[in-house]
Order: sequence, then structure tokens, then C-alpha cells
Amino acid sequence: MSAATLAPPLKGDADARISLRSHIRHTGALVRRNLLWIRQDPESMFDAVMMPIVFTLLFVYVFGGSIGQALGGGQDQYVQYVVPGMMAMMSMNIAMAVGTGFNQDFQNGIMDRFRTLPIGQGSVLFAKIVVELMRLLIATTIMMIVGVLVGFDITNWGGLLAAVGLSALFGTSIMWIFLVLGVTMKSAQSVQAMGFLVLFPLQFGSSIFAPTQSMPGWLQAFTDYNPLSTLADSARGLMVGGPAAHDVWVTVIWAAALTLVMAPIAIHKFRTKS
Amino acid sequence: MAAGTLFGMTRIDKKPSDGPAAVTVRGLVKHYGETKALDGVDLDVREGTVMGVLGPNGAGKTTLVRCLSTLITPDSGSAFVAGYDVVKQPRQLRRVIGLTGQYAAVDEKLSGRENLYMIGRLLDLSRKDARARADALLERFSLTEAATRPAKTYSGGMRRRLDLAASMIGSPSVLYLDEPTTGLDPRTRNEVWTEVQRMVGDGVTVLLTTQYMEEAEQLASELTVIDRGKVIASGAIDDLKARVGGRTLRIRPADPLELRPLATALDDMGLTGLATSTVDTEAGAVLVPILSDEQLTAVVGAVTARGITIGSISTELPSLDEVFLSITGQKASAPQDDTRSADLEGASV
Repeated sequence: MSAATLAPPLKGDADARISLRSHIRHTGALVRRNLLWIRQDPESMFDAVMMPIVFTLLFVYVFGGSIGQALGGGQDQYVQYVVPGMMAMMSMNIAMAVGTGFNQDFQNGIMDRFRTLPIGQGSVLFAKIVVELMRLLIATTIMMIVGVLVGFDITNWGGLLAAVGLSALFGTSIMWIFLVLGVTMKSAQSVQAMGFLVLFPLQFGSSIFAPTQSMPGWLQAFTDYNPLSTLADSARGLMVGGPAAHDVWVTVIWAAALTLVMAPIAIHKFRTKS
Repeated sequence: MAAGTLFGMTRIDKKPSDGPAAVTVRGLVKHYGETKALDGVDLDVREGTVMGVLGPNGAGKTTLVRCLSTLITPDSGSAFVAGYDVVKQPRQLRRVIGLTGQYAAVDEKLSGRENLYMIGRLLDLSRKDARARADALLERFSLTEAATRPAKTYSGGMRRRLDLAASMIGSPSVLYLDEPTTGLDPRTRNEVWTEVQRMVGDGVTVLLTTQYMEEAEQLASELTVIDRGKVIASGAIDDLKARVGGRTLRIRPADPLELRPLATALDDMGLTGLATSTVDTEAGAVLVPILSDEQLTAVVGAVTARGITIGSISTELPSLDEVFLSITGQKASAPQDDTRSADLEGASV
């Protein structure tokens, strides 16, 4: 018997396609799984709840006076400056966690099970992103509440929604990067270490915490195109007023470009991980 | 080292003949760098039967299962499962297979019921059906009482049962069991065997990998022995047992000085179709492979007729080592990591 005579004719491909409804159902089932985790282990929400409180208070009360003075006002002026920046910071900090969580999933056999089920393999990643976006929204809400309590004045409520939407969009693009790291790196610890390596220069080399005018020229060249700067400046423009359109566009382009490049890589790496 | 004599001549040519094939594998190859995890594997599993894939650690068993369950793509060769091409039709194939691996593929933070419900939803069951299916399988695998506890609180056996239940949600026609009882205690092992036998009773085709001859004997009707990525023997279990010598009879003469005469007596009997006896001087015993109870009786009769008093006598199932020794004339490759070379010299008897 040769291999040729043994191979049965290929069966139809009709049942190979996965409908949009199935995709949503699969993603929903996996979102539910991740939400049940949080119920099982409420401490996993600690970062999303505490980080916005601690960082907002820390920056406002530690740097508020001196930087506010430099801005030509006082602490009140700095609150107006730093709270929209905090929104950009949250977007990146929360997004990072998706990588470590995803990496941990590979430590037990459950991923093998998912990958032998007739589901779109992207569903596993989409579910992670949906859950992480929920965490991001919780963190942002808490941060805004703390911000208002320490004196932040929202002049444009529509702008607030737009800013939150923009930071969610940008956060999603960062999540794809960390999903790639989560699927390729050996341990959750190394994903986290890698995350901080990227995180610190991007966050402090930006307009999140302080205006960039006093920075040296070479650094300004970096900060001006740092998406965290444009996201922070967008949030400022949208919530407190001022020019925002240019920064919004640059941020949207960053988010779209990162997603278009990283999402297919993440899904491919996930599908072919052996 | 002559690969021809090692793998070629000892091959049992009897092929499983009747019944449509549920799994057909031809010339499957998978490399990991220099290591050939699979080196041209052929395999046929008929519908509704259990095929045991027997081999030591690192033989390529898990690689084979991972290829057949679409987790990795083979470098060359072909594999069809339930008529679907493993490489070209992974999605359709995933609808008809179930996989239970060495490590329980369940979400430890979720309860047993939530685990099964999730799999049901991922297999496109409605909420109601997914719930009903989860409860039915919890009941069947005796997990109802533990249904709401997180899986991480389960014992090893419960986890494995939950894993089997998860594999059964989609009513697969082909089930892969990759060393399903490795690391389990004997009682739990029996539980898993019982469950597997029930599934086979339901008409599921099973591909079972194992390191244990006993497990293969319990569950499988046909056996494929692989080592270093190659099939070194295949056929019905009884045929293979005949080759290996079925059970081994261990006879210790009451007087150690009678060890040699005993061995001579047994060789003089000339039992048909069997390997000759071996003398274990350290244990002071002679080992004789036997095929049947009749032969056992004949051996005891012959020994008594020579006037040799038997000190102790016992029968043993052939160990995996003995299977390898008998089939290949080589000792089974010792458990090693994947980076070992293909050098067989060091493993000679």
C-alpha cells in the first residue's frame, strides 16, 4: 500500500469556518474564565485599584509644589497638568500585566487544550485583552476620582470620554506587544523585567510628569514622538482645553501601527508555539 | 551499528487488516534541530480500537501525539485522523479529537464544573447544553461532589478524571491519551483504566501512549513499539507477546548448586517458538519465557522429572525493557533529555 492510495479524499471545508457569532461566544467563554480568576483571587486586582491612588497622591503631593511653581502656579496648576498624564501612565502600566498573566497560562497544560479546540486561536488573545481593558477602565476611573478629590477640574466631559477612549486604544496596542513577549519569553518574571526595561524610559522620557521644554534637545526629539507624550498631551487638550488634534492623530497612528504589526505576530506566535 | 538488523529484521509484518482506519500515519518526520523526534513513523489505528504506542522516555511518543492533535506541524510525511489531514485541515480535525496529556490540561483556578462549562461553550454548545453536558460528565466521572471546588484542590486522580471529562465534552471520535497514568498511584491508575475502558465501550477510537507494558496490556488490542523516533515493532498484542515470550517464569532451585542443571533441563525441553532461558546467577534463578499455562505446567513437570527441588517459582509480565531486549536485542534507551545523540553503541547490552 502506498501513501497515495491510503490518503482519503479531503472532506469539505464547510465546517472549517468559524462564524462571527462563534468567535464572540468563544471570546465570551474565555473572558468569563479570566473574570472567574479575579473572583478566585481578588488580590490580582490590587495593582489596578491601588496604583492609581498611590501614584496620583504621590506625584501631586511630592512634586506638585515645585513643578507647579515652575509652571507659573502652584500645586493646583500641577494637578491640572499631571492627572491627564496619569491617565497615559495607567494605560501602559495596566497593559503590561497582560504579558505576565498570559505567560503563566503556558505553565500548565490548559493552553494545549485551547489549541486543540476548534476555535479561532485569536479568541484566547482577544479574551485577555477584553479583561485587561476592563481592568484599565477600573484603574482609570479610580484615578480620575482621586484626581477630582485632589482638585482636578474637568472642563470638558465629552473630552474626558474621548481621552479615556484614546488611552484604551493605545493600551490595547501595548497589550499586543506584551502578548508577543508573553508567548515568546520563558518565564513570567522575564516578561515583567523586560516590561520595566521598556516602561521606565518611555514614561519618564515623556511629558507625563513634567513639561519637556527644559529637557536637552536630543531628549526632546525623543519625547516629542514618544506616544506616551502625545497620549498625555491629548488627554490634557481634551479634558482641560488647548490644542489636541495633532497629538490625538499621532497617538492614533502609533496605536494603529503597533496593533497592525504586533497583533498578527502575537496570533501567529501563539498558533505555532510548540 | 547496523540499523537494518536493528529495525528491519525484527519487524512484525502482520498489519491490522479489518475495519476502516481512524488514524493513518505515513512516514511522519519531525526534527528538533539535530534530533529526529520522529523518523518516519507509520501507524494505522482501526475505528473503535485502542492502539497502544509503547516506548521509553524520549522515544517520540509525545511528539507523535502533538503532531496528530495539530499542536505541532510535522516536517514531512502525512497523517489523517477521521479522514482529515492533520496539516491542511487542523480546524475540522479539532472537532473530532480529544486530548489528555501527561499534565492535566485544566484550569486550576476554576472549579470542575466551570472548567467543563467553558470547554462546552468553546465547542459551541448553548449555555443550557454546556451546563447539562458538564453536569452529566461530572456525574459520570464521579466528580459531582467536588464540582464547585477549584481544580487545584483536587487529588491527582481527580484532576486526571476531570481532564478526561474535558476531553469527552465534544464526544470525540478519536481520543489521544498521552501517558494518562504516569505519576499516578496504582489505585488511581486503575480508576483511569476503568474510565478509558468505558470510553472504548462507547465506540471511541483511542491512541494511547505509555511506558508501561501492563497498561498497554490492560487497554490496547494492538501495539506499536517505538524508539528513537522509529517504529521497531507493531502488531496485535498477542503476537507481540509471543515474540517477547508472554510471561516470564522465574524458578529458583532449592539448592543453588542445581542452578546450571536446571537451566540445561529447560533448554533440553525445547519449548517451541520461545527464546531460550537465561540464568540470573545473582538471584540464583532461571528465567524462562512462557506463552501459556500449559507450558508452565510442562516446565514444572520437566523440572520435577529431573529430580530438582523447586525453592520458589513466580511468573512476571515482561517489562518494557524485556520487550525491547527481545525485539531489538538492545536495551531500551535510558530516559534522557531530547538532546541525546543518535548513538546506539553506548546502549548495547
